[in-house]
Parts: sequence; C-alpha cells; structure tokens
Amino acid sequence: MISETLKKPDIQLRKGQKITGKWHHKSYQIVRELGRGAIGTVYLCVCEQKQVALKVSKQSTSITSEVNVLKTFQKVQGDNLGPALIDVDDYQASNGYMYAFYVMEYISGERLESFIRRNGDEWIVSLLIGFTKDLHLLHQQGYVFGDLKLDNLIVSRNPIRLRWVDVGGTTLQGRSIKEYTEFYDRAYWKMGERKADPGYDLFALVMVVLRIYYPNGFNRGNNPKRTLMQKINQAVQPAPFRKLLQGIILGHVKEAIEVKQYLLTYYYQQRDKKRSSYRTLNNSDEESYYPLLEMLSVLSVSGAVYLYVTIFLS
Amino acid sequence: MKTGTLKQILLITDGCSNQGENPAHVATMVAEQGITVNVIGILEDDQTEQPSGLQEVEDIANCGLGVSQIVYKQALSQTVQTVTKQAMNETLQGVVNKELKQILGDQQSLEELPPEQRGEVMEVVDDLGETCDIEVLVLVDTSASMGNKLPMVQEALMDLSMSMNARIGRNRFSIYQFPGKKKPLEQLVDWTAQLDSITSIFSKLASGGVTPTGPALKEAMYQFGKKTLKRRFMRNDFRDIEEA
Repeated sequence: MISETLKKPDIQLRKGQKITGKWHHKSYQIVRELGRGAIGTVYLCVCEQKQVALKVSKQSTSITSEVNVLKTFQKVQGDNLGPALIDVDDYQASNGYMYAFYVMEYISGERLESFIRRNGDEWIVSLLIGFTKDLHLLHQQGYVFGDLKLDNLIVSRNPIRLRWVDVGGTTLQGRSIKEYTEFYDRAYWKMGERKADPGYDLFALVMVVLRIYYPNGFNRGNNPKRTLMQKINQAVQPAPFRKLLQGIILGHVKEAIEVKQYLLTYYYQQRDKKRSSYRTLNNSDEESYYPLLEMLSVLSVSGAVYLYVTIFLS
Repeated sequence: MKTGTLKQILLITDGCSNQGENPAHVATMVAEQGITVNVIGILEDDQTEQPSGLQEVEDIANCGLGVSQIVYKQALSQTVQTVTKQAMNETLQGVVNKELKQILGDQQSLEELPPEQRGEVMEVVDDLGETCDIEVLVLVDTSASMGNKLPMVQEALMDLSMSMNARIGRNRFSIYQFPGKKKPLEQLVDWTAQLDSITSIFSKLASGGVTPTGPALKEAMYQFGKKTLKRRFMRNDFRDIEEA
C-alpha cells in the first residue's frame, strides 16, 4: 500500500552519465540539459558519435503518448513534421525506479526571438510562410500542436527554417488541449474554447509573434480582447501583417493555409514594389534581379557619359 | 471498456488542519469508497520555502490516492486543471492495468509492457480520458488567511470548468466551503455542469483560527454518497419500467 502511494521522484541526470536502455540496450552519454518542461527534461546526448536529444520523465504514460504522436508524424511522407524518432526505452535509475525515455533527432539552432533580434523583423514573415505550411500539414493529419510557444520553437540553420521541437501538447482535433501555457492560450484570453481546432494553433502563433515584441509578456486586463488589439496596433509595423494577426485573434482566419497564402501574397507584393522602384531608377524594361549587376550597369553608363563628355566636349 | 463515472474531491487549502480527526486518515477512508482526493496547497507570495504545515497536503493526497501540488496563487488556474486531469488519468490507468492483469496475467501492468505495445494501450487510456464522465467536489478552505486568495480560487474553478468541458465526456462540479457557519461543511454551488457563472460565491469568510479539514473531508464523502444513492433509486425505477 505505502509503496504504491509513495511518490516517484523526478529524475536528474548528470553530465557525462551513461544511460542504457532496458529493452534495446543502446547507450547514451549525457552532454548537457537542453530544456525542462512540466512533463520531462530533454538532454543532449551522444550515441555512436552522433548527437541526439533524449527526453526522460517520471510519467511513463506521457512519454508513451508523445511517442505515439511522433510515430504518426513519421508516417507522413516527404516533409518531416517533428523531430525524427530514434529509440524508445526504459532506464533503471540507481534509486530503483524505472524511467521511460525516448530519443529523437537533435535539431540545433537558435531561439526565434534572438534570431529575429539579430537579423531584423522582416524575417518573421518569411519564417512564418514555411511554418504555416508545416502547421497545415499537421492539421491535415488530424492533429493540433497545442502548446505552441517560444520555448517550443527553434530556428534551424541549413536550411533556415522555423521548427517545433516538443510535441508534448499535440492533441487530436476535437479533443481538449493536452498541454498549454496561459499566455498563449486562447481560452485564457477569453477568445474561444480550449478545444483542439486549427484556429487554436493560429491564435498561439499570433501570441508567439507578440511575445517577440513584448519579451516579458503583458497582463490580460479587464477586457482581454481590447488589450490584444492594442498590443498588436502598438508593436506590429506593416499594416497588412497587422490586419492578418487581428483577423486570426478575432477568429476570421481559421486555417493555416489561409495564413500562408496571405503571407505569400503580401511577400510578393513587397518584392514587386521593390522591383518597380528599381525599374523607375533604371528606366529599362528588363527585369533586374541582381542589385550588383544594376550597380555595374549604372556605373558603366555613367562612365561612358563621362568619357563622352571629356573626349568630345572639351 | 466502461469506466463508470470518476469521482474526485479537490481540496484547496493554505495550511494545516487543527480540529477534528486526522485528514490523512479520513482520506484513506474516502479512497476506499472509490473517490480520489486531490489537494492543492497555496503558498503566501512571500513564502520561499515550503512551510511545514503544508506537508499535510502531500500526506492527504497520498492517502487519498490522488495528486498534490503546492503553488503560489498566480499559478492556481493552470495547476487546478493539471491536477484534476492527472488524477483522472492515473485512475484510468489503474482501471486499464486491472484489465491488463486479467488478460495477461498477474505480473503485467502498463509500465512493464515493452515500449512497442505500450503505445496501443496508451491510446485506449487517452480515449477513456477524453470520453469518461467525471464528478468533482471542490472543497475550499475559507478560514481567515485564505481571504486574499479566494478571488483567484474562483477564477481557477471557472477555468477548470472550461478545460473539462472541452472534453467529450460529461462533467459535474459542486463547490463546498469549510468551515461553515455552524456545520463543518457548507454547500455553495450544487452539482452543475458549468461553473462559468459563479460570481462572488465566497462572500462569507469564517473568522477565528479553526480549520477542520478532517471533518470536512468526511462530510464531503457523505455528500457523494447521498447523491449516488438518490440517483440509484431513480435509475432503478426507470430500469424496472424498461424491463417490464
């Protein structure tokens, strides 16, 4: 009786510690802690000279649920939706308890907010185009990501792409959201239910964008809807992008694919505007892709004029 | 697989009991009745260490086969729903484990299966968690020191109702406070599916330093019993008619 009710302690793995699975007998050496969440801790590990990420938890059922989600993602051909699943096993700790863990591909990269701070916020739109495409694919599989937040996102290098790294909140559509974080939660802002539908993810995505502009977050206030609208108006610069974010918050935009299309159109319009400004500068009908070539041509024209002037008019 | 209705008592308190029988002992009795006891202990904002009084929180939950958590009042909303759902999942796992033992023999439980098979069983547990019916009796300590925390408690309960009602299964909640005016327990909200309309229910605060957690828990157990008895009568009536 007592042994059943006694609480299983959280597990703490040390740097350099070696973990061997009970079932598949693979060994992993801990390098460092990558992140800690409500359910478990993720460590960077080395296995057969390759870097992998290992998530371990005292709640074996949560680990199993996450493995189920990752397995579903694996079946989707082409794009890989989540990190690739490498191994699932149990670890017998020295305290006598058994801890379930799984091993996945290690995605190295930078946190979204620091990436944006370094490279400028015009990157937000281009990163979101790729991300909403992935999100749409996930929604088509019948899932909703759920716990979408800055901590669960990473900008990977080669190719530069916004990716999610923790699938703990991923929920079947139509069910209640498994895991959420208040600031990103639609129901907390009283803008809808805590139920898994594509709009739930899109709402959280808007909050991700806002969190880049407001690193410390902000309070809900007496009128959450008005607070959100105000914060968007104050921080987000290009008007079309602002309109999109507000449309999502109000629930007018419900599908990830709509967001992608909208952003894509906006992106092309931006590029066309830039192009047409080059055109007027150049007075040529040819399309100009390379600013360097343009510079050269401008220089050579001015050079010819200079030569003409010096040789024939002096 | 049928699980019936899950029954939980959710105790929200900020300190140790000082009147009546030992609450941990009562919790054991409650668990015997198939009712899980979950406990949330609230810390003062300036408390950085867990005061010794809150050790009781863990003891009660352990004896009540439930989940306990100690938090600051700001984190209350999220904690209330996590604790409720976690306890629900643990109960369901217990049910599934029992079935597994019947099918696979005595030594088998979910955690002892190889990881490959665990996944399929887990899907069943997830399904049950989404579709099962659940009844939560909320027991709120309204002794004087809880005064400044009660608005947050109320908000957390509305949030809990929102989380639970996003599920497919049915939910019923009722809210009690202790100590009551003359009795150890006083009803504030009768069984209802939605808590989103509760406003200023904790208007009456008890003065004095009495915290009869044990007697209140015992009384809460009787409240569960009363209700199921009444309903069983009604159901039986209908069944007789159908069979005839």
